[in-house]
Amino acid sequence: MLSPEATTKIDYELTKYPADQRQAAVMSALRIVQTERGWLSKESITEVAQYLGMPEIAAMEVATFYNMYDLSPVGKYKVTICTNISCMLRGSDEIVSHLQNKLGVGFNEVTSDGKFCLKEGECMGCCGGAPLMHVNNTEMHEFLTTDKVDAIIEGLK
Amino acid sequence: MLNIEIDGKSIEVEHGSTIIDAADKVGIAIPRFCYHPKLSVAANCRMCLVQVEKFNKPLPACATPVADGMKIFTRSKSAIEAQQSVMEFLLINHPLDCPICDQGGECDLQDVAVAYGVSGSRYTEEKRVVFNKNIGPLVSTDMTRCIQCTRCVRFLKEVGGMQELGMIGRGEHAEITAYVDKSVNSELSGNIIDLCPVGALTSKPFRYSARSWELTRRPSIAAHDSLGSHIEVHVKDNKVMRVLPREKESINECWLSDRDRFSYEGLNSPDRLKVPMIKHNGAWVETDWKTALEFAAGQLKDITNEHGGEALGVLVSPNSTMEEGFLAKKLANGLACGNVDYRLRQTDFRLDGKRLGTPWMGCNIHEIEELDRIIVIGSNLRNEHPLLAQRFRRAVANGAELSVVSPLDNDPLMDIAHKVIVRPNDMVNVLGQILKAMSGLQRLSLCLPPSLTALLDDIKVRPNTQAIAESLAGHGKDYDLIAPKVGIFLGNMALSDPRFTEMYSMAEAIGGITGAKGGILPAAANSTGMHMMGVMPSSTGMHARAMLEIPRKAYLLLNIEPELDCQHAALAKAAMEKAECVVALTTYKSQALDNADILLPITPFTETSGTFMSMEGRVQSFAAAVRPLGESRPAWKVLRVLANTLGLAGFDFESSEQVKDAIFAGEKPSAVVWRSLNNNLRELVEIQVNIKHDGLQRIGEVPQYESDPIVRRSPPLQKTKYNIKPMARMCSRQLAALDLVEGDHVLVKQDKGSAVLTVRLDDHVAMGCVRVAAAHEATIGLGELMGDITVEKLSPQQLLDINKNITEARA
Repeated sequence: MLSPEATTKIDYELTKYPADQRQAAVMSALRIVQTERGWLSKESITEVAQYLGMPEIAAMEVATFYNMYDLSPVGKYKVTICTNISCMLRGSDEIVSHLQNKLGVGFNEVTSDGKFCLKEGECMGCCGGAPLMHVNNTEMHEFLTTDKVDAIIEGLK
Repeated sequence: MLNIEIDGKSIEVEHGSTIIDAADKVGIAIPRFCYHPKLSVAANCRMCLVQVEKFNKPLPACATPVADGMKIFTRSKSAIEAQQSVMEFLLINHPLDCPICDQGGECDLQDVAVAYGVSGSRYTEEKRVVFNKNIGPLVSTDMTRCIQCTRCVRFLKEVGGMQELGMIGRGEHAEITAYVDKSVNSELSGNIIDLCPVGALTSKPFRYSARSWELTRRPSIAAHDSLGSHIEVHVKDNKVMRVLPREKESINECWLSDRDRFSYEGLNSPDRLKVPMIKHNGAWVETDWKTALEFAAGQLKDITNEHGGEALGVLVSPNSTMEEGFLAKKLANGLACGNVDYRLRQTDFRLDGKRLGTPWMGCNIHEIEELDRIIVIGSNLRNEHPLLAQRFRRAVANGAELSVVSPLDNDPLMDIAHKVIVRPNDMVNVLGQILKAMSGLQRLSLCLPPSLTALLDDIKVRPNTQAIAESLAGHGKDYDLIAPKVGIFLGNMALSDPRFTEMYSMAEAIGGITGAKGGILPAAANSTGMHMMGVMPSSTGMHARAMLEIPRKAYLLLNIEPELDCQHAALAKAAMEKAECVVALTTYKSQALDNADILLPITPFTETSGTFMSMEGRVQSFAAAVRPLGESRPAWKVLRVLANTLGLAGFDFESSEQVKDAIFAGEKPSAVVWRSLNNNLRELVEIQVNIKHDGLQRIGEVPQYESDPIVRRSPPLQKTKYNIKPMARMCSRQLAALDLVEGDHVLVKQDKGSAVLTVRLDDHVAMGCVRVAAAHEATIGLGELMGDITVEKLSPQQLLDINKNITEARA
């Protein structure tokens, strides 16, 4: 069951679209449920599809198309590091190996305390600030150095 | 109109058409995978790239609208380069397993690769592998072969009405799948096999059984519903290997329902009767045709000589051909017997003698799409007419408003504007309400016969029926129409209802006021034809129901299984048991062995020539696709020789064509049909609108894969999720009222018969009704399809006792 908070938020998103096109809110609805539950299980996708009155498979298509939707559990903090060309030229490899050593996990793995998950990201459209990383899809950090990354991680603990 | 030039040919095309339409019109081939004229344009395979003058890169022909003066080149250097590159990309991940692929030989990818591809590949890396999905018993998947054209996804969404497949992931990881572990349950799912341009979706029952070039293709007509779909029967070694649709735009377009596509698996069932059999001192003995026919003729003659012709009852399947029906009737009449009927699942015969002609659907099949307002009465469309439902779906998509009056609220997978879900008994009243509401509408100032006006006085119009009346009159949810094209259709549940006559009369009155087209949607392949030929009781004869209620001394059964095909299973069984002699012309033996005394093996529709008349009055003849199995013979021949053996005159037919000529008296069939089809009534039947009915009423729907003997024996259809053991299905309010919960065992009783069933919650069922499927072994003890029924809860002890009794009885 979707929580009352989630349905309130989804209902607000629905006001942005014509009443007979509830499916239009699927991306927002999936995002809201993911924020609340941490990741999107098949059951969560089903609930969203049912709430919006659309075929489950159509919601699944959307959830699998965009890589900001997580279809398996991620830690409390999902750290996504861009490894595309601009960031790579500015030293993202170093940031990646530093983080992997520090957290003791590789890409797509979760730390044993369930707190952190590392993801390899694609271009975040902000190459002027390379190297870049995202925390939980919403918080962006620019001009990363190993010291700066340490500080960010400490701040999250 | 626009003038364009394709490969130097100037043509004129309509505004808004695409390059691919224009090219198809002049017969210039453009390769394509994802484009299909019946589906929306996806433009994702890129195979149809062509060069267009003044554009610096190739354009997809399927998604580019033409402009005046456009010059298109489909075989220029740039176009060929584009096609070859796309082909190379498509083949990167396509496996080279053509030798073991069922699509081999009829594969678009193979053909296009040969015609438009290059001879080698430069790709040496590893190919991707996609795991196969189990999407049900009808469609087999090899997803590694998929080229992501999404035709199957679009078909199920746009034509099937429910998106059951989708493409998940993207780029190299994209794959077609159903949701998690679900199967594809559409009753039109077989069409995705035809649509798939590669071997990713193939027919599961046909798998690995033949190659396409070994098959002989013979045209025929589908035999399981009254649509009259054109089919192509594929034959190898005198065996039907598969059935595919034959394109006929005005009937089945290029589609086919699963029932018509996969029923052929029942043709070669081990249950086929191959030799004539006679019951001798209670034991069955196989015999030759001569003995069997002489014995049958002797028995029939003895009984009719002794007790008169009316001692015989002739029950004809509405799925039999016109020739067979005609001869059965002629034979009965030759024996001075007027008891002939094909309306096996009908209960209400009060309209007999009051019709002006043969009832039919009242319009052409393709006209459904053009209707603005539709009302469907007593029909579970997807179950009864799977492919016709698709036309209704298209009408609704085009903006039509659909109203439904029915005891079942099953989702037809299209938007319903208004619905009234009531018990069958109240449907007459609901139709009366609609009629009354209409008479109150300004624009339809109407003169109803005084008898009807007086009747309507007692009716109270409710808001939902008022809404239906307004919708039919033209007031719409979105916009109003002054003269809407209205369609009004009665389905199977209405046809088998004990108050069908009253429903029909009301519907006719509503149709008269609104100027509606429409009529009945007959259930079987040849219902309309049987009615037109008058395969019905003479003025003194008995109709199908009376023949069972007042048992006859002898029965002649043509292609039916009495307990499963008649509206009153228990009565049919009792009548057959009581009869002195039952001659069954049957294709299968299992049921007949219990009921009959003489079995004459006849062929199914693939092994005989014949004629069906569809719901729109189209007379369609077909030839045999294969030779008869074993000793079985076409029923028209058997009836002819039986009549000869009986010494009846006028049975000198040498071919089924001669029988057909006799049916139409040498005239053009369409001329006879034109004169005969008429839905109007000579007079109104006494209608009562306020009959109260407090008890429970059964909704004895015939499940779509139980509708006739062939379908019942098709293993793949029986494996679908539609094959569920009959249960006592009721809505939650009804369960609460009876103090039942889902999973309880109940004893349901009708007349003297009963059945032990499991309770199932089904909120699609109207209050006051129990939905108990018919045409199934579990319910052959029960009575009328739409009759009264009682439900008693069984305690675990009672259930044990009953089961013990059954086991003992069997032993």
